[in-house]
Amino acid sequence: MATTLAEFKTAEKSWWCPGCGDFGVLAAMQRALVEMDLNPEMVTIVAGIGCSGRIGNYINSYNFHTVHGRTLPTAMGVKLANRDLTVLAAGGDGDGLAIGMSHFMHMMRRNIDITYVLMDNHIYGLTKGQVSPASDPGFVTKSTPAGNIEHPVRPLELALAAGAGFVAQGFSSNLQQLAELIKQAVQHRGFSFVNAISPCVTFNKVNTYDFYKEGLTNVDEDPNYDATDRSRAFAKVVETESMITGLIYREERPSYEDLAAGFMKAPPVANQDLNLSPERFEKLLSKFR
Amino acid sequence: MDLISWKIGGEQGEGIDSTGDILATVCNRLGYYIYGYKHFSSRIKGGHTNYKIRISTKKVLSTSGDLQILVALDQDTIDLEYKELVPGGLIVADTKFKPHLPEGCEAALLPVPMTEMAKELGNLQVRNVIAVGVSAYLLGLPLQGFEDMVMEKFGKKKGMGEVNVQALRLGYEHAESLFSVYKDFRLAPGDGKARLLLIGNEAAALGALAGGCRVMTAYPITPASEIMQYLIPTFPQFGGIVVQCEDEIASITAAIGAGFGGARAMTATSGPGLSLMQEGIGLASMAEIPVVVINTQRGGPSTGMPTKQEQSDVFAMIFGGHGDSPRIVLTPSTTEEAFYDTALAFNLAERFQCPVLVATDLAISLNLTTVDNLDLSRIKIDRGQVANTEELLKMGRDVFKRYAVTESGVSPRSLPGQKYGQYLATGIEHSETGKVQENPDNRVNQMNKRFRKLQGLDVPGVHYNGAENPDILLVGFGSTTGAIDKVIDELTEDGVKAAHLHVRVMWPFPSKEIKAAIEKAKRVVVAENNAQAQLLRLIKMEVGHYDHVESLLKYNGNPFLPSDIMGKCREVLG
Repeated sequence: MATTLAEFKTAEKSWWCPGCGDFGVLAAMQRALVEMDLNPEMVTIVAGIGCSGRIGNYINSYNFHTVHGRTLPTAMGVKLANRDLTVLAAGGDGDGLAIGMSHFMHMMRRNIDITYVLMDNHIYGLTKGQVSPASDPGFVTKSTPAGNIEHPVRPLELALAAGAGFVAQGFSSNLQQLAELIKQAVQHRGFSFVNAISPCVTFNKVNTYDFYKEGLTNVDEDPNYDATDRSRAFAKVVETESMITGLIYREERPSYEDLAAGFMKAPPVANQDLNLSPERFEKLLSKFR
Repeated sequence: MDLISWKIGGEQGEGIDSTGDILATVCNRLGYYIYGYKHFSSRIKGGHTNYKIRISTKKVLSTSGDLQILVALDQDTIDLEYKELVPGGLIVADTKFKPHLPEGCEAALLPVPMTEMAKELGNLQVRNVIAVGVSAYLLGLPLQGFEDMVMEKFGKKKGMGEVNVQALRLGYEHAESLFSVYKDFRLAPGDGKARLLLIGNEAAALGALAGGCRVMTAYPITPASEIMQYLIPTFPQFGGIVVQCEDEIASITAAIGAGFGGARAMTATSGPGLSLMQEGIGLASMAEIPVVVINTQRGGPSTGMPTKQEQSDVFAMIFGGHGDSPRIVLTPSTTEEAFYDTALAFNLAERFQCPVLVATDLAISLNLTTVDNLDLSRIKIDRGQVANTEELLKMGRDVFKRYAVTESGVSPRSLPGQKYGQYLATGIEHSETGKVQENPDNRVNQMNKRFRKLQGLDVPGVHYNGAENPDILLVGFGSTTGAIDKVIDELTEDGVKAAHLHVRVMWPFPSKEIKAAIEKAKRVVVAENNAQAQLLRLIKMEVGHYDHVESLLKYNGNPFLPSDIMGKCREVLG
């Protein structure tokens, strides 16, 4: 029997502001999980700290709300323990691109088979409106009253540079495309990155729904775009200043789990009998005699 | 003789370690007990380094201030180390550096043209092995075991085994013809039982494996790296995996993620890494996720003294991080205990659903010791309370209370994959079902529940040996056990009623046992390798203030010698 959307929903009332982009990301994620016909108990969502960090509260999967910035190593741990699980990490641009930046870089080159959905609103919402590393130059916030003087982080460029095997960008208003991208990301073997543009209606009056609706182009609709050409993908992202949606880059290669000695041959760690045979233990000890 | 201390010294990078390891391994195979202590600095080449090996027919657990044989590869070694030599002690020195005895040195100088002999053999690398040959003769040990050892160690490369055997023989024969008058330091025969010879880090790694750990996520740091290095090739043979992470924050949170996912997982680190892990450790306390952290203490704070002995993370391990976070802290004191405690830590972490720290110190982590056995049959895996899959199914969704308030404080946990066991594990205060909840009553109930768990800890908190109502009680933890026991033996021989209490669980603090022992003793000395008397302060906080309790601190980077502790005892006893 196929799973239903109801099975992936929880009764918890959302704490997001009306109109928040995160609703679209949540709906897309739930839709993707249902379309893949996954059982809720076989899904783990690891969420970060910030408004977006509550996404797991509204999905009836196993959920881990970790410490600020550490969604990716936490999610890696879950996957190492039980590779039969579908593991997603979700968090905001502050969580992933400021405090969690180093994990973002390293997880892409490590290529563990998890999916990272970055809910990008270019602002710190939960702390009520400070500049984010993704904020545009000149952006006025509580922490940049004279306008942002730092260059923004471009997650798509970074992902391509760091060696991610799956890079996509969706927009929370385009539920169907975002759901489809999350689905493809989960089905991709190895680390997959989906930057989900998720406007903050309360604290970001610049990067609004209209701003994106006017500015975004969809590479999925461009028959000439080749998502397997890394240098083309890079050029596209730079040319458009990341104002694109769709599957930007995809490369099939073995995941960390595939390459780690013996890992795929053994049953998932969580299902193993942990008792050692005395003979095998003695064999280890003999090296110390 | 039943006990001899042998030391080799030279510049770092001159093969001091591997030379010492040859002697230690061969002696271990002959049935002697070994205690090897490396003195090194935090650099790869250059700077004085030495390796002291105590060889005994009985168990030894501490280094000492005396030395019988010193192998010197440079004059620095003689100048820095000669004071340790007993009168009549021997200095085996390479003639290459024209060795001379400092004024007042009562040792005998035994010059050996090691470099020249090595040149004649066509391989300068065998210089140290020539010194081993000389040492074998002086110690009265048969050469056969050494020859087997160098063949094992170097034989894979063509001709290398043979040239090393020649080097051993040259050294041995040189000593036989010139040094036959030096008969004082010949060892009584070993009992021929080949026991285990390993460092504490290897024992801890084996303990983790035996204790069911299959996931390790860690970042290299002195003196913890050997744990990871041993397990990287070993875990995959048993279905496990080690990931070298980008930092200690990733290491702890990944281990916690793995614990959440149903694996037994750990990380291993030292001071600076422990500081970085504190937020993660708090998360494991709050979300009640099992995780094990091995902390190999070294000199701190900050980068401190990375290659030196210290026991100064007691407060950090118990109280580090923000908020009130329950943890269990175990303090093994020997290589064996590093094995058993690490294995035990995984049971405790899952039974009590909290972080468990296993605190070794540099001396335990790196010192090479002979261990009679590591007994796998003593380790029984207990995975604690896990929700029953059938019962969850009967319950239906949204019913399971992951953080149910129970009498013991422990609530059965569900694991991903169990239907209707879904919950939110969060570092935010939460209700019994795991929902975010900041209601004051709920806060108190959940906080109390988390701390109540620790009251159920059923592991002996101290080890006590010696007189019942002692004139003097020595209290310590970690690697000081050997030095303290040596002093207890000497005091007892002198007719003093002496006893030794060693703290084995640092948290929850074994207050009852410590109080009883302190109150039965006339005088008490708490010996520890830190500047703030961290253990004594815990005693004052948790047990009480006593006028007859005194502190003995050593924080110069070196472990206690029995003589340090004896000096304090004499002072206290008057």
